[in-house]
Amino acid sequence: MRSNRTFIFITILIGLILQIIPMPAEADVYRPDWLLMILCYWAMALPNRVSIGIAGLTGVVLDLLYGTALGVHSFALAVPIFLVAANYQRMRNQSILQLAVTIGVLSMIYHLLIYWLQFWLTSIDFRLTFLWPSVTSIFLWPWLFWLLRKFRRKLGVS
Amino acid sequence: MNEVFARGPSLLTRLAFVLSLSVVAMFIDTKVESVSTFRAYLTSLVSPLQYIADMPGAALSWSASRFTSRKHLLEENELLISQMTMMNEQLQRFQVIQQENQNLRSLLDAPVRPQMQKMIAELMAVDNNPYSHQIVINKGAIDNVFPGQSVLDESGIVGQVIEVGTTNSRVLLLSDVTHAIPARINRNNVTLIVNGIGDVNELSLEHVPHSTDMEEGDLLISSGLGNVFVEGYPIGVISSILRDESQPFAQVKVRPAAKLDRLKYLLLLWPVEESSEQTLSMTQDETASGEQDAE
Repeated sequence: MRSNRTFIFITILIGLILQIIPMPAEADVYRPDWLLMILCYWAMALPNRVSIGIAGLTGVVLDLLYGTALGVHSFALAVPIFLVAANYQRMRNQSILQLAVTIGVLSMIYHLLIYWLQFWLTSIDFRLTFLWPSVTSIFLWPWLFWLLRKFRRKLGVS
Repeated sequence: MNEVFARGPSLLTRLAFVLSLSVVAMFIDTKVESVSTFRAYLTSLVSPLQYIADMPGAALSWSASRFTSRKHLLEENELLISQMTMMNEQLQRFQVIQQENQNLRSLLDAPVRPQMQKMIAELMAVDNNPYSHQIVINKGAIDNVFPGQSVLDESGIVGQVIEVGTTNSRVLLLSDVTHAIPARINRNNVTLIVNGIGDVNELSLEHVPHSTDMEEGDLLISSGLGNVFVEGYPIGVISSILRDESQPFAQVKVRPAAKLDRLKYLLLLWPVEESSEQTLSMTQDETASGEQDAE
């Protein structure tokens, strides 16, 4: 029971670190949404462990790490996680490719929400490069999914 | 584990709860000034994550510094020595000019410019957030860093401290869209305001009349108006002026003096009022010894 929670906590922590790990400026535009993918996986696999509340909390931590106004990322993370939590049974029956596309759409929602909130707080211009992470997330999702499922089954997290 | 029957409040209620909390937090965080200390406390709470994320890069640069070749080090050493000699020569002249300037100012009864206390800081992290240009440096409240402090690199102003944690702090770069800095042209003292436009290689001057006396290549230095930035440090060089009479204002682009995308070592400045005499005599001693070395 305790180790289960610890494992989920550790994966979220790794997601946060991957979000802020320094990368060269050229590659930075393509940084996948690690945290969103990890939260989506847990919300789908264990919807009564990880849901909107956890998404909001990790969002606040991400805001602190990024230096954005508190609440921007918690808002933007809560909406896609809500969609996953509301449709988790449908998503479990999707093939891995369908799921990857779904993740891409969720990631776009996430980025558009961030853009919209930032636009509301400080006026910024929209650039299509803001959506590159959605594309890289689609390609990374199958591997992340496989990895997380493997560990989850091995450790018997439920 | 029963997954069919949900426990607790419904999903929609939870969503509404989290979203409204987020909106309230956003509103308070951006509109209310007094929460910044609370935020700084929270930031130092999550700073271990920042240190962990910084570790691979730090390890890489550590190993790179371990395994640099002897030849490379010798070359670098030679370059640094020649640079230092050149700079010492400039500094010797600078000391004389500074003294002269101070004498002239006291003759004119103008206030003598105070000396600055300085500290070297190192870059810890660059925010990958595409919407804002911020960096994190490795000096914080225990080093007496304060919000609004000027941050420089070796060639010009980088930005200002906006958030101070215990051991690290966050710096807003000149290039951020929300940043503006009062400046003046070094050549003719025309005062202007330099705005960031979200591009690390370009700043812009807004609301400049067509008739303003400025040329491409003019150096902009901080004017110290607004009491945030220290006076007299380079901001950038005017790179292009578009005087299109159909537009209300001239469109002026500025290339920042600091290499905002290549930061490594930064300089923090503290304005000092009291001990200016002391530091001055100290620097003079240093010059004296430098002259002896040169001989």
